[in-house]
This record gives sequence, structure tokens and C-alpha cells, in this order.
Amino acid sequence: MTTHIFAYIEHHEGLADDSSLELVNAARKIDPQAQVTALVFGSGDSLDPLCQEAAKTYTEVWKVDKQELAYPNAEIIRGLLINLLPKDGICLVPHDTFGMDLAPGLSIKLNSSFVADVVDIEGADGDTLKTVRQEFGGQVSTHVNCNIAQGAVLTVRTGSFPADESKSASGRVTDKSDAAESVEARRTFQEVLEAEMGEVDISKEDILVSVGRGIGEEENIEIAQELAEAMGGVVSCSRPIVDAKWMEKSRQVGTSGQTVKPKVYLALGISGSFQHMGGVKGNPFIVAVNTNPKAPIFQAAEVGIVEDLTDFIPELTEKIKEL
Amino acid sequence: MEILVCIKRVPDTAENEIEINSAGNDIERDDLVYSVNEWDNYAVEEAIQLRDKVGGSVTVITVGDEESEEVLRREMAMGADKGILLTDEAFENSDGRGVAAILKAAIDQGRYDLILTGAQADEGAAQTGGMLAAMLEYPYASLVNEIEVLDDKTLKIGREIEGGKQEVSSIGLPCVLSIQTGINEPRYVGIRGIRKVASVDIPELGLSELGLSADQVGEAGSRVKRVDYFVPETGEGAEILEGDTEEVAAKLIEMLKARGGIK
Ligand SMILES: Cc1cc2nc3c(=O)[nH]c(=O)nc-3n(C[C@H](O)[C@H](O)[C@H](O)COP(=O)(O)OP(=O)(O)OC[C@H]3O[C@@H](n4cnc5c(N)ncnc54)[C@H](O)[C@@H]3O)c2cc1C
Repeated sequence: MTTHIFAYIEHHEGLADDSSLELVNAARKIDPQAQVTALVFGSGDSLDPLCQEAAKTYTEVWKVDKQELAYPNAEIIRGLLINLLPKDGICLVPHDTFGMDLAPGLSIKLNSSFVADVVDIEGADGDTLKTVRQEFGGQVSTHVNCNIAQGAVLTVRTGSFPADESKSASGRVTDKSDAAESVEARRTFQEVLEAEMGEVDISKEDILVSVGRGIGEEENIEIAQELAEAMGGVVSCSRPIVDAKWMEKSRQVGTSGQTVKPKVYLALGISGSFQHMGGVKGNPFIVAVNTNPKAPIFQAAEVGIVEDLTDFIPELTEKIKEL
Repeated sequence: MEILVCIKRVPDTAENEIEINSAGNDIERDDLVYSVNEWDNYAVEEAIQLRDKVGGSVTVITVGDEESEEVLRREMAMGADKGILLTDEAFENSDGRGVAAILKAAIDQGRYDLILTGAQADEGAAQTGGMLAAMLEYPYASLVNEIEVLDDKTLKIGREIEGGKQEVSSIGLPCVLSIQTGINEPRYVGIRGIRKVASVDIPELGLSELGLSADQVGEAGSRVKRVDYFVPETGEGAEILEGDTEEVAAKLIEMLKARGGIK
């Protein structure tokens, strides 16, 4: 029996997300022979070009065109998927704010298994799918076995299944709009509010001195500010610093903050969670200062310093000033 | 408004280096500092603020062992009115679905208008709230960073989406919301506050009280199983600079100069 795998294609402003090219590779790791179907949901004129694009990567594309899909409201989409997907299929969704909204409840409604934030797949052995995920902010990995006898829903970490750009599928697009029956949703979308702009635009800076929870106290941010000044850069930060209201949201690097592309990125007291590193692009020279030699940031960094940043950074700043 | 907040006791990753035990089947738990999951603390604060605005009560609930009582008490010291501990040997090693099923059974015994969870906990799965909502047939929203009570049937909510944008919706009550950090500033809890609630009775409910059967929960009810913990063999990782602070700083400055890191 071949596995039927579905890949939910996320798209914004008429363009498919990068994840659309990655989910097919995750599917092939589950079963190289699997039949993989792209699910393209939306409304209006931009949908057909999106389906054509998906058909270059997927041998089959299911299009669902409905007015209520003009904005991707997970509560509506879950209802449609329950009516559309076979009970023993495997559904792949990106592990992002949409996937987190949609997928756990979908697995319950389909009575199938659920594995979140999958970073690798070691294949299926009978009814057992072997996946890899991480816990404790990426400090340790785990093998997780998932029973797929009654199907499964997986959310997949973006960037973990690098896209092959061959795009040679020439797939077939099928309109499933009628088969996907609408279900009443009790959550109504109203609007999207843009993030507030700050006084500096960290996305345009070449040198970023970024501070994380390891900075300990608000007063210590000054240490980073002095270093940034000496280097000719600016201070950015991880999410907990913004949550604590120590810095403005516009200084936050990561998936729910800014995407930056500096030449040099200093990560001070930042553990290196995937949501933080998801905002660091353009392959900068990354230097990590962290007291925990096992912090995941040392996997991403080129150079590491295992020291208390409150000792090390003032010393570094002094030396740079002497130059 | 009757509000229930689902919370979890977790190792504090800001305080601990997480190490794997020699058998590879768990992390070393002996010397770990535990606390309430970061996201849950924001959820409890939000519940307290809502209650103070519109009236009602806040109950905190957790699935865990006897030691989980301490996080219930901590959140009661913050201002939650009641605590419920769901504990049974049969609950051990439940998967996400199992945990949600246990919570659902407890919720069926009460009457709640609003159920909050943290957006995610130590496993980073972000699954409990969404599963629970689907089991209860309630509407759900994840990563909520703003709540406004419109009337006794409707909330206006904001979800934090990519790039820090906010997705605004209305949602019908009863509903389940998972809370994102930063939605508020959780109040400080002192030793005094914890002492005040030290002797408040916290009911414990197990398998039979919840009307669950052993094959629905725990190891037996799990379709998703963690096999082991491991440290992946990745690339080389960072070059760690050795030496005393002065030497390390000098080495780093040379590297920074070479890479355009000093203007
Ligand atoms: C939907 C969603 C979106 C998110 N978006 C973002 C985002 O955009 N950006 C973001 O950053 N996070 C984001 N997060 C949060 C993310 O998951 C992590 O919780 C966060 O990145 C951790 O920040 P941190 O590294 O500063 O803190 P921690 O993970 O607590 O790490 C602190 C580090 O400091 C080290 N340290 C402690 N003391 C010292 C010292 N004295 N000297 C040196 N080092 C020290 C510790 O060893 C540790 O490694 C998001 C989470 C979710 C669920």
C-alpha cells in the first residue's frame, strides 16, 4: 500500500512560502514512493498561478477556492480539511504560527497521531514512523516514534528539509472546492496590524550586538550598548528582552521579530533557539558568548567564547577602544 | 467569567544545562531547578487581569506528579483562586493526546467560559491547547497576545504572527486560547505570598475520579512515543577561543577586524 501524503502550501500575497518546496522532501523521507499531494487553499485570481507553481514540485495539486479563504483562518481550514482528507493519510504543515494554530486540533478531528516541529525523518517501518525532534530549546534531540496506522499530522520545522529546486513534476491540478464542505467557524478574522517601527532599523545594520536572557538584568544592557558603540554597530536582542520591556519590539531578531542580514552578529547570552536564528540571514560571521558550552548557539556560531558576558564584554570593549 | 488555566512544571532552561542520563532515556533530573513554564505564567497573569476586570474566578490545573503541586501554589500566590492537581501513575508517559484527554475529563466536571494554556512548554510541541479545543468542540486561537472582552459571549483577540504582526479576530465563548509571552508583565511572587496559600487545599483527581480508562492515557494510550534522548552529531560547531579573558579578547578583535566587525 502506498502512503498518501499531503503538503499544506502556505502562501502570502500570491507567493508560496519557502516551506512549500521543503515539505515535498520531508514527504520523500517518509516514503520515497509516496503519492504526495499539494493542498493549495485560497480565493480569487492568485490561486491558479499558485497551483501551477506547486504543480512543478508536486505530481498532484488539490485546489480549494472559496471566498472565506481570502485570509487563511485556521479554524475554517481545519473544517475543510476534515471533510477532504482520507482518514489514513499523512498531512504535513509548516511549524509556524499558522501550523501551530491548525495542526494539533486537526489531528484530533482526524483521529490521527500528531508530532510537532519535526526536524528529521528516518523513514517508516510498517506502521511506525521514525521522526526526530528537539526539546528544551534545542539543547537535546529525541527520536520519536509515531503510529501511522490511522494517519498522522506532522508540523515540520522550516529549513530542516532543504529544497531541491529541480521542479520537474508537471503535476495535475484538481479542483476540490466542492468536495471540501464548509464548516461554521466561531472565530472571525478582522484585520492584520503591522508591527511598529522603531527608531533604528536593525534589518539594515552590518554590525549587530545582540543580547539575550543571559544578560541577567536591565542595567547590563549598557554593557552591550558600549560594545556596539565601540564597534560602530547597534544593539538588537532576543524575545525575552522585549517581553521584559527592556528593549523595543523593533529590536527583536527572529521569526516573530525582524529578519536581519548583518555582516557580523554577536550573540551575547542567547541560547540559539530556531525561532531566534530564523531571523538571522545572509550567513554573517556569528560570535557567541555563553556560559553554557552546550548551548545550541555554538552550533550556529563560527567562533565561541565560554565566559560570563558581564566579565568578558567590558574587557572586549576596553580593548577595542584602545585601538 | 470562569477561567481555567492549564499549567506545567518544567525544568528551567535559563537556570540549567540540560544533560542526558547514561541510559539515554531521560535527561539528568537530579539537580535541576524547576519552575512554572514561562508561557503559562503569562497565561495566569492574563486570567487574573481579566477576572479583576469582569469578575469571576481563576482556576489553575496541571497534569503531573505530587511535586507539581508547587507550581499550582505559586500561581495561586499570584492570585489564582483555586488549584486542581490531576495525578495518577497511569498518567505517566502520556503523549499530547493523552494529556489533552486528561484535561478534558477534568473540564467536563466543571463549567468554564475561557480556557487558557501557554503557547508551548519544555517539549516545544505547542499542542495541548489545540488538541483540547478540538476534543471540547470549542473554537481555538494560538499565540494570543491581546484579549479584550466584548460581551459575555465574545472576545476580541490578537494573535502574534510572523514578523511581529498582529492578526485580530473575534472568537466565541467558550473557547481555548494559547498565550504568547509578552502579552502582559507577570507580577512578582514573593515568599510571603507563597506562604499565604501554603495550607489551601488542592484537590487531587486520578484516573477513576475522572472516569478515564487506563488504555486512554499513559504509555498504553500513546500513539506517539519518545524512544530516547541524544545529542546529534552535527558539523564542527564554533571554534571555541581558549585562554584568559585578555587573550581571548585580543584573538576575537583580530577576527572581527578581518570580517568587518569593527568600523
Ligand atoms: C511562535 C514563537 C515565536 C518566537 N519568536 C521569537 C523571535 O522572534 N525571537 C526570539 O529571540 N525568540 C523567539 N521565540 C522564543 C524562543 O523560542 C526562545 O524562547 C528565545 O529565543 C530564548 O531567548 P534567549 O536565547 O535570550 O534565552 P534563553 O534560551 O533563556 O538563553 C539564555 C542563554 O544565556 C546563557 N547565559 C546565562 N547567563 C549568562 C552569562 N552571565 N553570560 C553568558 N551567557 C549566559 C545561557 O546559558 C543561555 O544559553 C519565539 C517563540 C515562539 C513560540
